[in-house]
Amino acid sequence: MTPEDVKNIVLEIIADVAPDEEIDDLDGGQSLRDQLDLDSMDFLDIVMELRKRHKVEVPSEDYPQLATLNSCVEYLTPKFA
Amino acid sequence: MANHYDAVIIGAGMSGMAAGIRLAMFDKKVLILEKHSISGGLNSYYQRRIPSTKELFPFDVGLHALTNFAKRGEKRKPLTKLLKQLRIPYDALQLKEQTHSLIKFGSSQLKFSNDFELLKSEIAQVFPAEIDSFIKFTSYIMEYNEVDLNATYIPTRSVLSQYFKTPLLQEMILAPLLIYGSAWENDMDFSQFVIMFKSIYLEGFSRPIGGVRSIINLLLDKYKDAGGELRFRSEVVSINKENDQVSGIVLKNGELINTKKVFSSVGFPETYDLLESPKFDKPKVGPLSFSETILVLKDKEVFKAKDETIIFYNESDHYNYQKPDTLIDTRSAVFCMPDNYERDNADGHGVLRLTYMANYELWKRLDRAAYKSAKEDVLRSALNTSSILMEQSIEPIFSDVFTPTTIERYTNHSDGTVYGSTEKTRNGSTKYNGLYIIGTDQGFLGIVGSMLSGISMANLYGLMDE
Repeated sequence: MTPEDVKNIVLEIIADVAPDEEIDDLDGGQSLRDQLDLDSMDFLDIVMELRKRHKVEVPSEDYPQLATLNSCVEYLTPKFA
Repeated sequence: MANHYDAVIIGAGMSGMAAGIRLAMFDKKVLILEKHSISGGLNSYYQRRIPSTKELFPFDVGLHALTNFAKRGEKRKPLTKLLKQLRIPYDALQLKEQTHSLIKFGSSQLKFSNDFELLKSEIAQVFPAEIDSFIKFTSYIMEYNEVDLNATYIPTRSVLSQYFKTPLLQEMILAPLLIYGSAWENDMDFSQFVIMFKSIYLEGFSRPIGGVRSIINLLLDKYKDAGGELRFRSEVVSINKENDQVSGIVLKNGELINTKKVFSSVGFPETYDLLESPKFDKPKVGPLSFSETILVLKDKEVFKAKDETIIFYNESDHYNYQKPDTLIDTRSAVFCMPDNYERDNADGHGVLRLTYMANYELWKRLDRAAYKSAKEDVLRSALNTSSILMEQSIEPIFSDVFTPTTIERYTNHSDGTVYGSTEKTRNGSTKYNGLYIIGTDQGFLGIVGSMLSGISMANLYGLMDE
């Protein structure tokens, strides 16, 4: 799976977890929390959806890796291989 | 194993259903057990036939108001978080906002609505010397971290008296928040006060079209769609453990269900009663219970002149929030006019609901005949208080009274408590692995608080610790 595919997977999950958020103009290098109204409960949902839909596990010590869209892609792409 | 579940939830009230949805949504095998034949717990519903017109009329119990009003998409609000976590679209709730409500102490009164500016301007007018303090106090509240799971008890009155010189204003600010959620008499924990202040004064009241059953039906549908199982008329009689780990539960019919996780919404002391020789002391049963009278009016004419949604009424300048020495305390009441949410329909009957504080032990002691006659006394008092507040005589076509023993019978909460034990477990844990407390005894209040409790405990103990 390409980094672009992984990015789309993450965006799709964010759209489902936070349906009222505008995700089209996200800055990949900026913190997701600063750009969207996401709290720790929403991040848990992102992790749970990755597991449910794609069997990808994110242990809690790795949650900081999901801070930006770019870091999500970087961290998750090897897990989708 | 057929009778093995990842998690069992005791009670299909607001917290239990919310926890169930979260767990089922992420493919946990989850079972909710409900003693009663319908869900909702303390916030439920029933119907009665009105003799004079023969029609079946729906009644709500619990819900006077959904607190924590937020507009669609409003960020960082408890209601928005809750809906997001349960994946319920905002519009599905069909919320109608309050007109305004009233705190009425003797001859003094303060109006408030979902626009906080109204309360500020009322205080500026009635207590001009206190308005600067009120603004400072509000800023303090807004900065306060009321959801700190390790917070210790701070008496609210001590904080209020630091900010305000007028005892009457302190009482008037405190009264609605006490009667809408405090398990403690005459005072409450400051962090709970902050939760209530935000949810009632800063956010406000609304009500879904159709009342509490609309919320219950949404939750039930969501839970079933996510694949959760629910059994009614299924009373849990014990929670089994091996050493310090939960191993299962036993139903009244003897059936054993295996699980390593139990989320109990029946209350902290009530959960204690389900354990064999528990290794902790029984949490105290809260002292407060209530009696509510529901009056059905022929039509909605009276609301043309009286448009308040809720009136927090107290005869004098001093508010007694405590278990009365009599069956009920008629010196104060909460008076709800559910027709005075934004009106979607001017037809049909009007409804008035009036709640008094009540003494469970005194009600429990009555024999059948005395109980019946005591309920008639409550009705007479309620008609009297209603007539004072409506400024006209009230002649209902039908009425119903429920008492602390009614609450006990239908909700299984010891002593008919509504706001639970005075000992909360803020992080939901007990002395046993796999046994968690959800709902009001975990320390969040109101319908929105209960659901958030179920969600956060399910997240913490059901989803994150994998």
